[in-house]
Amino acid sequence: MDNKSLVSIDDYTKEEILEVLARAAEFEKNPNCNLLEGKVVASLFFEPSTRTRLSFETAISRMGGKIVGFTDSSSSSVTKGETLKDTTKMVSNYCDLVVMRHPIEGSARYASEVSDVPVINAGDGANQHPTQTMLDLYSIYKTQGTLENLNIFMVGDLKYGRTVHSLLMAMSHFNPTFHFIAPKELEIPLAYKIFMDKNNINYHEHTEFNDIINEADILYMTRVQRERFADPLEYEKVKNVYILKNDMLENTRENLRILHPLPRVNEIAVDVDTNPKAYYFEQALNGVYARQAIIAKALDL
Amino acid sequence: MNAKKELQVSAIENGTVIDHIPAEYLFQVINILGLDTCENSVTFGNNLGSDKLGKKAIIKVADIFFEDDEINKISLIAPHAKLNIIKNYQVVEKKIVESPDKVVGIAKCMNPKCITNVEAVTTRFKVIEKTPITLKCHYCEKITDHKHIEII
Ligand SMILES: [Zn+2]
Repeated sequence: MDNKSLVSIDDYTKEEILEVLARAAEFEKNPNCNLLEGKVVASLFFEPSTRTRLSFETAISRMGGKIVGFTDSSSSSVTKGETLKDTTKMVSNYCDLVVMRHPIEGSARYASEVSDVPVINAGDGANQHPTQTMLDLYSIYKTQGTLENLNIFMVGDLKYGRTVHSLLMAMSHFNPTFHFIAPKELEIPLAYKIFMDKNNINYHEHTEFNDIINEADILYMTRVQRERFADPLEYEKVKNVYILKNDMLENTRENLRILHPLPRVNEIAVDVDTNPKAYYFEQALNGVYARQAIIAKALDL
Repeated sequence: MNAKKELQVSAIENGTVIDHIPAEYLFQVINILGLDTCENSVTFGNNLGSDKLGKKAIIKVADIFFEDDEINKISLIAPHAKLNIIKNYQVVEKKIVESPDKVVGIAKCMNPKCITNVEAVTTRFKVIEKTPITLKCHYCEKITDHKHIEII
């Protein structure tokens, strides 16, 4: 059943991405349906992630499905000694679909191989979080009317941010121009630069966060975290450099929208929230529709 | 012309000679090819002089002729290995090892947070670069470069 699973954003072709986005738009028009009537979805959160879990549970509930599972492994009957393989095998006997969040990288791929039912990866450590990527894509598609030929600016932690890497890979189907704005310590990893070079994708790197963003269609903000810096002095130097303030948006494009995977700390000043270009709260709501579409596809509904 | 070198390890009548193995990997090559449990006569020499490798090892296996995909497994640690197929004391064929497209169950993923290092999962890699050999983990999707390849 591995082929129906969504573990990595690369599991979807360009056509499948577009198919799921079109489906998400349908769910946005009519969120309530009974596609999952009589179906049981196991929601296995081996580490807590309230935001992602609520989004999935809302999606499942709106489709009329039942949910079983746990919200973090310590409060569940899954004892620490049980292997992921055994837990997955047992649970996949009970249900029609598994939604899994796990701190270990590669756990979702492995679960998809031992499970008898499709697995949707709700985050496997620092590796993949494809439903986040699909909601980012849906947000871009909705606000720009297309995914093709856009100027995508990514700001902040481009080294460790998995949402950045997955979005980069997914957008690469659509002839983007990327601008990466980050401190040297958190620049986009070499592997992705090689990927973009091989695929003839335009990209530019900047360390200064300034009026270069006037060219942007999408501004994707991320958090710069203290723990990513070996040297605390380096963090102190850059911590206030990559903060978006409202006055920086004055000469930006009319169609510009600001995205952020949330939660934010201080990297977007509160005065941006009321700017019509701020889109991060709507972005989160899009996650429910995107996940409804992903679930429907995984179950061939 | 190889008479002097061949003499370093006794000759075989029929079988395979694997030459130009880096000396430090001799026993891992033996393991990968399952020669540690092989009933046939296996002779080897180690720390022999080599212009290319400094110190090299050589293995001679009587009456075994490896399939390509079997022998290619050793390319991870012995990319310059050369095979001589021996029939009736004569070299009838020479082969070089080639990097496979996939590596299953031989190498360790260098990412400590990978499921393959946490649970008993057979490792699987895609070879994304052949020289120097670079592996991408099928599970955690991280890269293990040739400097960090560890044989299980
Ligand atoms: Zn791995």
